[in-house]
Parts: sequence; C-alpha cells; structure tokens
Amino acid sequence: MISVEGLSVDIGAQPILRDVSFALERGRVLGLVGESGSGKSMTALSVMRLLPRGARASGRVTLEGRDLGTLTERQMCDVRGREVAMIFQEPMTALNPVQTIGDQVAETLLVHGVAGRAEAMARAKDRLARVGLSPDRFPLSRYPFELSGGQRQRVCIALAVALRPKLLIADEPTTALDVTTQAQILSLVRELVAEEGMACLFITHDLGVVAEMADEIAVMQAGRIVERTVPAALPGGLRHPYARSLFAAAAHVPARKAAPPGAPLLEVESAVRDYILPRRRLFGPAPRFRAVDGVSLTVRAGECVALVGESGSGKSTLARASLGLDALQGGAIRLGGEAVSPAMRPDLRRRMQVVFQDPYGSFNPRHRVARLVSEPFHLGGRPADSEARVAEALEEVGLSAADAAKFPHEFSGGQRQRIAIARALVTRPDLIVLDEAVSALDVSVRARILDLLADLQARHGLAYLFITHDLTVVRAIADRVLVMKAGRIVEEGATARVFAAPSHAYTRELLDAAPLLPAA
Amino acid sequence: MRAGRWGRAGLHAGGRRIHDGSPGAKGLARAAASARLAHMARYLALRFLSLALSLAVASVVIFAVIQGVPGDPAAFMLGLNAAPETVAALRAELGLEGGLGQRYIAWVAGMATGDFGISYTYRVPVSELVADRLAVSLPLAAYALILSTALALPAGMLAAARRGGPVDWGIIGATQLGIAVPNFWFAMLLVVLFAITWPVFSAGGFPGWEAGLFAGLKALTLPAVALALPQAAILARVMRSALIETLQADYIRTARAKGLSEGAAIRRHAFRNALIPVLTILGLQFSFLLAGAIIIENVFFLPGLGRLIFQGITARDLIVVQSVTMLLVFAVILVTFLVDLAYAAVDPRLRKRG
Repeated sequence: MISVEGLSVDIGAQPILRDVSFALERGRVLGLVGESGSGKSMTALSVMRLLPRGARASGRVTLEGRDLGTLTERQMCDVRGREVAMIFQEPMTALNPVQTIGDQVAETLLVHGVAGRAEAMARAKDRLARVGLSPDRFPLSRYPFELSGGQRQRVCIALAVALRPKLLIADEPTTALDVTTQAQILSLVRELVAEEGMACLFITHDLGVVAEMADEIAVMQAGRIVERTVPAALPGGLRHPYARSLFAAAAHVPARKAAPPGAPLLEVESAVRDYILPRRRLFGPAPRFRAVDGVSLTVRAGECVALVGESGSGKSTLARASLGLDALQGGAIRLGGEAVSPAMRPDLRRRMQVVFQDPYGSFNPRHRVARLVSEPFHLGGRPADSEARVAEALEEVGLSAADAAKFPHEFSGGQRQRIAIARALVTRPDLIVLDEAVSALDVSVRARILDLLADLQARHGLAYLFITHDLTVVRAIADRVLVMKAGRIVEEGATARVFAAPSHAYTRELLDAAPLLPAA
Repeated sequence: MRAGRWGRAGLHAGGRRIHDGSPGAKGLARAAASARLAHMARYLALRFLSLALSLAVASVVIFAVIQGVPGDPAAFMLGLNAAPETVAALRAELGLEGGLGQRYIAWVAGMATGDFGISYTYRVPVSELVADRLAVSLPLAAYALILSTALALPAGMLAAARRGGPVDWGIIGATQLGIAVPNFWFAMLLVVLFAITWPVFSAGGFPGWEAGLFAGLKALTLPAVALALPQAAILARVMRSALIETLQADYIRTARAKGLSEGAAIRRHAFRNALIPVLTILGLQFSFLLAGAIIIENVFFLPGLGRLIFQGITARDLIVVQSVTMLLVFAVILVTFLVDLAYAAVDPRLRKRG
C-alpha cells in the first residue's frame, strides 16, 4: 500500500539517509529500529514531507500508487492527517498547552473539511472514548496540562487516527512513558491497527518493544537499512554484524564478581517526605502529598542496589533525601552511622556523589571539563594535587587527561556521561547514586557504561544506589532490587529471586509490562 | 483513588480501568470544577492584593519624597525672597500643618474622593487639570498603541514565517532603525514631510474634542505615529523571536502532521502561545506611552499629561507634581493588573492552577 524506494536525504553536505526502501501493507506493523542519529525519524518525516529546512530528498514515496513527491504542498496538507498520520515521542509537549483536548482532536476533522464544528466535536468525543479517555472523566474541555503523559499520548493517538488514516507513523511513542503505561499504549496501537486496517511504521530504539510490536523489523545504521528480519527470527537469525552487535548490547550483562556485602553504609529508617500542594480553597489548609511514606532500606558497602518504580512513585524524592538535599518530615537517614540532612558536614557529603540522567543538562556549558570535574572539591577543600586527581578520574572513566581542557559540547552523549561519572569519582566517595544514569543512552553506549560501572565498583569497592525504570538494566547490574510504588517499598530481594518469583502483585505487573528481548 | 490526586489519576489507570466508569466519576468532576473555580478566585485575589499593595507602597514613597524630606516645600516653591506671611499662607494651603501621618491620610482620603488639591500656579483644582489633560493623553496613548500593535504583530509574524529570508532581513533592518532613532526625530521628520512639504496634517496643537472626533484624531495622528514607530520596532522583534521559539515546539509538528499548512499552524497554534511575552511588552509600553510622551507632547504643542507634569516641575507646583505622579503610578499598576488578567485569558494553566 505504501512503498518507499531509494529514499536519500542530505542536509547541506551531510548525508542523512541513503537508499532507504521498504513497503508496507494494510494491517501490518513495520518496526524501524536503530540508535540515535541512524535516520529513523528522518525516514518518517520524509514520508510526511515535513523535513527540516535545507534538507534535500530524492527517491520515491508512493501511497496506493500515488507518488507523494509530485504533490504540491497544498495537496500534501490534504494527505497529512487524512491518509498518513503521525504520533511523536514527547506526549508532554506534543499538544498545544492553551487549547482543549476536544478542540485539538476536532481540528483534524475541521482542517480537512469533513465535518462541521458540532459534528467534529461529537466525533472527537467518540475517538477519545475509543483511545480510553471516557467523556465522563475526560470531558472535551480538559487542557493537556490536566492529563498525565500516558493520557496525553492517548489524545495524540486520537487526533492522529480521527480520520482513519491508511498509514500511522509512530515515532518512539512510548519512550517517555513508564513500562505499564507503555504496555497499554502499545496494545492500544496494535488494536487500532487491526481494527482500522491501518499500516503502521513503528519507530523505536527499544529492541524489546520492536520485538513485541512489529510484524517485520528493519534495522537502521547511519542512514541505511542494514538488516530486515521478523521477530520470530530474533536474535539468532540476524546476519548483519551491526544488527547482531546491537541486539547483543541490549542484552549485555557486565562481568561482575559477587563481593561479600560489607558493613551497612546508607541506612534509611522509616523516612517520610511530604510536599505541600497549592491550596484548593482560598483560605483552606494547604494539602500535603506524601511522596515517600515510611521507607526503610540499607545499602551495604560495595553493593549495587536498584530502586525501581514508575514516575511519581517517589524514587527520585527518596534519592534527594538520601543525598541530604531535602529535609525529612519523619524518620532518619544515616551514612556510615552519621546523620544525613541538608545541614550535614561537607566532608560527609563528599562520601556520596550523584550522576543524573541528562549529563548535558547538569553541566554548565561554559565551563571546561577540568572545572566541571573538580567541582565537588569544594566539599572537602581542594587538595594540592587537584589537577592530578582530575586527570586520574578522567582516565579511570576511559577518557584522557587532555580532555580536561575541552568543553562539554565537544563530547558525545556517552562521553558526557563518563565525565559525570568522573565528577562523582573525584572525591573518592563510598556511594554513588545513579539517577536514571543510563536511561537516555543508546544500547551500545549503555553496555559500555555498565561495564565501566562494574569495573569501577570492583576496583574501588563502591556502593551504587541505582534508580531506574529500566528493568533490563536492573537485571544486568543490581545485586538487590527494591520496588517502589506510591511512596512505599512493596518488594525487596535479591535480583535473581525478584525476577524469577516476584511476590508482590505490582512487581508482577511491572515485569509483565516490560518488553523483554527474546533470549539468545 | 483520592479526589485530591485527580491530576495524577491516569498514572496507573489502565485502558480497562478507565472504562469501568467508577461510581465516583461525577463527584470527581464536580470536585475538579470547584477546585478550578477556587484556583481562578485565588489567582484574581492574589493579583488584586498585589495591585493594592503596590499602590499603597507607591503612595507612601511619593508622599515621603515630596513632603517628608527635610526643608519647607512652601519656602522652596516661593523662592528665596518670599515674605514669611506668604510662606505661612501657602503652608496652610498645601496642607502642611499637622503631623506627617495625619497629612498622609488626608491626602489619600482626598484622592479617594477625587479631590487632588488646588494647583498653586493654575489656581484650579488639580482634578480638573488632570481630566482636561487626560482627554488628550489617554486617546494619544491608545492611538499610538493601536498603531504600533497593528504594525508590529503582522510584521513580526511575517518575519518569523519567512525567517532567514530577504523579507525577514528587511524587517529586522527596519526594526533596528526604529529602535535606534529617537521618537522626537521621527516627530520632526513627520512634521517636515506631512505638515510642510505635503500639508495634510497640522504641525501641532490640539483643537479639542469639541471640534469633532475627526479633527481631534487628525491632530493626534502625527504624534501617535511618532510615538508608535519605536514601540512597534521593539514589539515586532519580540513578536518575531517569541514566534520563532514557539514554531520549534513539538505541538507545531503535531499540527503540521494533522494537515495544517505552515500559515495555519502559525495562526491557530503558535500565535496564542507567542502572545505571552508580547503582552508583557505591551503592558510596559502602554505605561510608557501614557507617562513618557513628554517630549512628543512638547514637539507637537499638545496639552497632555506629560506637558502638565513638565510645567508643574518648572513652576515648582508640587501639588500638581505629587498628584499627577500618583495618577501615573496608578495607571501603570492598573495596566500591569490588566496584563495579568490577559495572561490568564491566554493561558489556561494560570487560570486553573493559580
């Protein structure tokens, strides 16, 4: 029904896509996987003819025999939304914040002139109900900010399928969502594809998701499709070396020696953390939201403990309190027997460091790496050999001492995460809190960072508190898992035991929802 | 699920669970509606409180600067050679007898009832003077604001839509010129062109609204254009950059994927979101136009508020200065308040979250 032949795209002198070809029939899902920059999204935007300015495309895109490349921009506007629709990665920002969801869904109908305003609103209500937003709880007058990420993605799907398009392009539609929400959105997309007989081009970096969703899989590397396969043939049937290495990296488990657990290092005892919410009545008492509700946990020296849970479960709040950034409303936190609080001594702070998800966001872009890495020295006083310490830390994370003179923008995402780890190492801490530290990385980079973390742990006897929603990562690196839900820890145990025999219903739900790769 | 967490309701709500129409759904919707009303009321109350507070602080500052500083304002107003009786008479007239607190309360109470005192130089109530001048300044400011908005918003939108192209460069160049050239120079240029070379408009003066709406507006046209041009240049730049930023937003991509043309996406989605920074500048500009037209009013011999305060200062008429300053402060604060309300009208997040 839709076919792409010999599609190439250049931006300036830079080749973006080279000779991309595929064909897709009604009711089928083609999964397009690859790492960031491999050209997946550009392929989608080429089909939509929404490439960024300055991009030049060649090749043919035909939809039911019609060459989309020959259409005028006005004719193409008719095709978009009516015959080819698209949903995107960022449900939080993909909707206009100042328009109601009803207006935004109805607009698809209005723009194509298929319905008057009243009828468009009625049909918008219908479509929203179909994607799981029933009108009694989600009236058309709701604004996007009143909905969660998963609900917003449902609105995006509703407006994309409002006109029952022939092709739905889904560009990383669940990457920003929790695993259980992801599972619901994925099954919704599958249902719609089957019900409406749409073809679906499903773009993702997540090999587990693609294995679950797609009828056929195309693997992209540097603007080319290097491998075509079907999920049943995974991963043994892969022929191209890059595709093989990609699937190997996704399932990569770093080599770790099981060290005997040391003395308790971080002890959290019935910690309670409340947030004050805006008042609901003008003079009423401000309501409180209990983000962490009586949590106790222990991280022993040299141990790697993973804290998993969905967004809003309180794991980042707990991490902030454990780092002594926020005061508790109840309970106590101790590091090596000493009390942790916002007023704690700097040299106690020195013993624990943190690495965040987005290294670029946590670096001042105008500082050189030397300054960024030596920042934690203000905690224990700058040692005389601070330059040597910075060089040593950079070399330990696989960079060179000469990198100290560079700026963060000169590095790739994976290298920046190495700089963040170097910054955490430079004070020679006992504990590093890794808050979604590998979540934004491509699988091959993630595999190398996990190796690095395992290696550093073995050499320095570091303890890790690994906060993540990614269960693959947990299984690869954690000794113990804590499962958090609505501010409480609902399950705790050795990683292998929790994955093999989860005891709490919520843990089972999480594990069921997580798309896992077929084993090699 | 607790009603207090309806915003997070979907976090764990599965496709099936959303459908089951829980018995509390209606009540939940009602609670949400009342919460929204409370947010709106709170937003309004807070803005109103800040309006009142700013006014109170401003009045204290103005009063303190003019009345509370050491030295006798009456002696200052009359000059060095004044007879002591004259000074004493003026002191009484100025209301300088009695304690500071008492005088402050009398002044505020007077203003509240429309009594701003009697001008020392003009010998008429300040309120009459101000009302006459306001009849010129307020229309002038509004006229200039309408002109500058009508010029700037389309220009900014056009530049943003054609960003990087020759049209964009042309508009950027024109705005650069508009910002760099002072408005009185524009004023003189306009007089030379449209009052002398092609005598379409008069070079200055104001016939009064009695002469008719058309004659009044005609007299205000050149000053309004002179005032509007530099303002329009700034506004067009703000509009352009706000719109370009908005055009990068993900929801514009969504709109394009729906089938909207680029122009339609700008009009229907980008414009309203880009309006927030533009409103801020508009509010600041209106205040400036009302109070800051002193030079333009002088160039065109317009009997406006700016000229009144200028004359008040040269004639050392502190009663006029004090009252007109307070009035201008009131206008600025009121406009800020209105801009806050406009934000809420544009952005539902402010309206509903407070």
